[in-house]
Amino acid sequence: MTASRLPPRVILPGPIEWLRENLFSSWGNSALTLLALAFLYWTVVPFVQWAFVDAVWVGAGRDACLPYPDGACWPFISARMGQIIYGFYDVAERWRVDFALMGLAFGLLWVTLPGMPAKGSVGAAMVLVYPFVAFVLLAGGFGLEQVPTTRWGGLLMTLVVAITGIVASLPIGILLALGRRSELPVVKGFSVAFIELWRGVPLVTVLFMAANMLPLFVGLSINKLLAALIAVALFSSAYMAEVVRGGLQAIPKGQYEAAAAMGLSYWQSMLFVILPQALRLALPNIVGNFIGLLKDTSLISIIGFFDLLGIVQAGATDPAWATPNTALTGYAFVGAVFWAMCFSMSRYAKHMEGVLGAGERR
Amino acid sequence: MTNAVEISSLNKWFKNFHVLKDINLNVAQGERVVVCGPSGSGKSTLIRCINGLERHQEGKLTVEGVELSEEIGHIEAVRANVGMVFQQFNLFPHLTVLENCTLAPMWVKRMPKAKAEALAMQYLDRVHIPEQALKYPGQLSGGQQQRVAIARALTMEPRIMLFDEPTSALDPEMIKEVLETMVELAETGMTMLVVTHEMGFARTVANRIVFMDMGEIVEIAPPDEFFTAPKSERTKEFLSQILR
Repeated sequence: MTASRLPPRVILPGPIEWLRENLFSSWGNSALTLLALAFLYWTVVPFVQWAFVDAVWVGAGRDACLPYPDGACWPFISARMGQIIYGFYDVAERWRVDFALMGLAFGLLWVTLPGMPAKGSVGAAMVLVYPFVAFVLLAGGFGLEQVPTTRWGGLLMTLVVAITGIVASLPIGILLALGRRSELPVVKGFSVAFIELWRGVPLVTVLFMAANMLPLFVGLSINKLLAALIAVALFSSAYMAEVVRGGLQAIPKGQYEAAAAMGLSYWQSMLFVILPQALRLALPNIVGNFIGLLKDTSLISIIGFFDLLGIVQAGATDPAWATPNTALTGYAFVGAVFWAMCFSMSRYAKHMEGVLGAGERR
Repeated sequence: MTNAVEISSLNKWFKNFHVLKDINLNVAQGERVVVCGPSGSGKSTLIRCINGLERHQEGKLTVEGVELSEEIGHIEAVRANVGMVFQQFNLFPHLTVLENCTLAPMWVKRMPKAKAEALAMQYLDRVHIPEQALKYPGQLSGGQQQRVAIARALTMEPRIMLFDEPTSALDPEMIKEVLETMVELAETGMTMLVVTHEMGFARTVANRIVFMDMGEIVEIAPPDEFFTAPKSERTKEFLSQILR
C-alpha cells in the first residue's frame, strides 16, 4: 500500500516574475497592459488632481472657489449639506428626520450584522411598526407639526422612495411570480397582464401619469408623493416578479412533488420548500433590481420633487455659488453617495449568498 | 377488512398517448407488491396515480376507502395515508435532515416542534442514521439520502408506502443499505408498492409481482411462480433480459 503524502509544494513567483507572467507574457499582452496604464493615467490622475489636489476645501461662497478654476468646489457641498440631506424640511423640525433615519440605520444594522440576537423580532418590527413611526415622524400628527411632502427632499426623499419601492416590490413581486405560474386562468391572466403592462412602460411615463393624469382622470386629489410611491412600487414589482420567476423555474419538479406527496398545501410548500430555494437563487438579481431602483429614484425630479440629485442640481444654479466647478462638484458628490449605497448593498448580497449557501452542496 | 388500494378499469393519457390501459389491481392490507417492467411501461405513472401526483382520466382508484377524485379534501385525505420515496430522493437541500423530517408533521399535522423532533429522531434511528440529523442532505451519500427520504415519509405515519425506483439513482455499493432498510420496513407489516428492477428484493420480499408492458398489466403472480413459470411471452423475454 502506498502511504498518503502531502501535495507538492507550490513555489510562489516573485513580483517581477508575476508581472512577466501576467502582464507582459507576449507582445500583445504587453501592448494591452501599456494601453490600460495610459488610460488610467489620462482619467484617474486628472480626476484626483481636480477632486483633491487642486480642490478648494473651505470658503463661504463663490469667491472662495473662483480663483481655482481647475479644482472642485467642496465648500458648496458643506454649505448645502442641510438641504442635501433634508430638502426644504423646516430646520426646526429636522430632528424628526434624524430620528427616522437613525431608527432605520439602527434597524438595518441590527438585522444585517452577523450574530445579533432576536433578528426575527427586530426585522418584523422594522417591517410592521417602523413604517408607521417613520411616517408620523416625517409627515407629522400626534402633536407633531405637519410637514407637507412638498417640503421633503434630498437624501430623505431618495431614501423614502427607494425603501418604499424595495419593501413593497419584493412581496408583490413574489405574489405576481407565483400568479404567473398558477394553473388558475384568472390569476395567471391578471399576473401576466400586470407584469407586461408595467414592464412595457418607461418609469418616466409612469411617474407623469401618476402625478398629473391620474388626478385628472380619476378626479381625486391624491397626494402627489403617495401617487409616485405607489407607481414606483408597482413598477418595480413587475420587474421583481420576473426575477423571482426565474428563480422558481430553476427549482426541480421533484421538490414540488415531494412537498405535495407529504401533504403540504400549496402555500406551505411555497413558503417552506420552494421560495427559500428560489429566492436564494434569485438573490443576485433581486439585489440588482434594488440597486437599479435606488438609482431610478432620481427620475422623480421630473414630477417636481427634489431628490438627492435634484436638490444638488438646483443648488448649483444659485448665483451665490456660481462657479465653473459648482455643478461638477455636486455631481461628483452625488455620484459618490449613490455609489456608496449601491456598493454596500451589493457587498451585503454577496455575503448573504455565502451564508444562505451553507451546506447546500448539491 | 377493506383493501389498502383498489384500482379498477383505470385509464390515463398523456396528451394522446395512452399511458395506462385498463388497469385493475387490488392491494390487501400489509401486502407487498413489486411492480416491474421495461422502461416506458407505465409502472411509475401507475404508482404516482395512487397519491394523486398524476391524475387518471377514467376508472376508479380507492386508497384506504377514500376515492381519489376531484372532490375537495379527498386528495389530502389520500396523501395523509400514503408516503412516497422517489428515485431522485427529492430531499429539501436548504433544510437539515432533521428539518426535512419535521416539516410535514409540524405543518400538516400541527405537531409541536419538540414532539415532531422526537418522532423524526425515532424514524432516523430506524433507518440507522440518527447521527446525521443536523447535516444538510448535500453532505450525505446517496444511500444515506435515500434512507433519510424513507424516514421523512415515515414521520407522517402512513399506512401505505410507495417506492418509485428507490435504488436506480444509487451507486452499486449503496443499493444494499437502502434495500435492507426496505426489508426491515416490510417486516413491520407496512403495505408497500415498489417499482424496482431489483429482482432479488422482489423474490424475497414481495407477496405478488406485477409485470407491466406498454401501459398494461401483463401478468400478476407470486414470486416463485413469476420467476420459475411465467405465463406470458413478454414476461419471459423481460426476465431473460433482466436476469441474464
